[in-house]
Amino acid sequence: MSEAHDDPGTDGDAGGDDEIDAENADDGSGVQIDMISGERMDGLTSMEKIRLILDGVHDGNIVILEEGLDPDEESKLIEVTMAEISPDEFTGIEIETYPGTEQQGNGGFFDRLLGRESRTKLTVIGPANRLETLHKDETLISALVTRR
Amino acid sequence: MGLFTGLRNSIARVTSSLFSGGQRQRRIGIYGPPNAGKTTLANRIARDWTGDAVGPESHIPHETRRARRKEDIEIERNGKSVSIDIVDTPGVATKVDYTEFLEHDMEEDDAVRRSREATEGVAEAMHWLREDVDGVIYVLDAAEDPFTQVNTMLVGIIESQDLPVLIFANKIDLDEASVQRINNAFPQHETVPLSALEGDNMDEVYDKIAEYFG
Repeated sequence: MSEAHDDPGTDGDAGGDDEIDAENADDGSGVQIDMISGERMDGLTSMEKIRLILDGVHDGNIVILEEGLDPDEESKLIEVTMAEISPDEFTGIEIETYPGTEQQGNGGFFDRLLGRESRTKLTVIGPANRLETLHKDETLISALVTRR
Repeated sequence: MGLFTGLRNSIARVTSSLFSGGQRQRRIGIYGPPNAGKTTLANRIARDWTGDAVGPESHIPHETRRARRKEDIEIERNGKSVSIDIVDTPGVATKVDYTEFLEHDMEEDDAVRRSREATEGVAEAMHWLREDVDGVIYVLDAAEDPFTQVNTMLVGIIESQDLPVLIFANKIDLDEASVQRINNAFPQHETVPLSALEGDNMDEVYDKIAEYFG
């Protein structure tokens, strides 16, 4: 496991020196997992976050977000993912989130009244051809990650 | 969150209808996963009130690859008339693999083209969801597990836009259908059972459309 450590900058290029790690993972020796902290995502624009995620996924990595994305960003993630799907190369993403929308809002009465929600929303994103969700319930995500 | 989302949606509905004077055409997007019966429902509504269909139906996923709009549908309920445009959208997914279409006896070129059109259609539908619809009918196949990430994300996205949303549990004519399962998945929203194919429970469907989007 490794935390992504590149700087996506402002031009949307989230690649950088992670490409070396991706090559190592790509040679069939393993699967790279990028665990991205909420702090790391805080300084990025929506499109920079999406670029960071999708660049990792394009490299065959599993991306885990500590704090997930907000609904608008999720919507854009689907839109951009669709635009990048191409036959025989990239078939899209598998994504799972904890807690789901229906389980959020565990804060107190005033948090809900003021529309404040817990930011904790662990999200796992991976290439659809490598990550398969086997089971998900209220307390467990079980996923199968395959090598190329 | 459910109680407050519902309250917020109700306020948004009332405010919107106050300022529209009850006359503005409401653009209602029909969203949901592939093969939930969105086009069958759109056709049922359009045929019932205008006599025309919206688009072709098929059991092959992503039959609808471009959003289709049917305008000026006047629905009369309880002496009142509600005018809406309905937009039938492609099934929302996070992945589209053209090889799945090959299993439906499709040639590879056709499958690749279908895949490209489907991805463009979904991207467009997601964009419209943020920009171009006044309300959403979210269609689910009552015979399938509703607890999917795409459904959860989509309903969350719709809620974040403060759009009025009705969840339709379609295909109740199937033995495996469970409306309760959909109720359990999205307790914060009203679920209306129906069979768009058989025309079951369409009276309640139109009552709810008039109530939510009128």
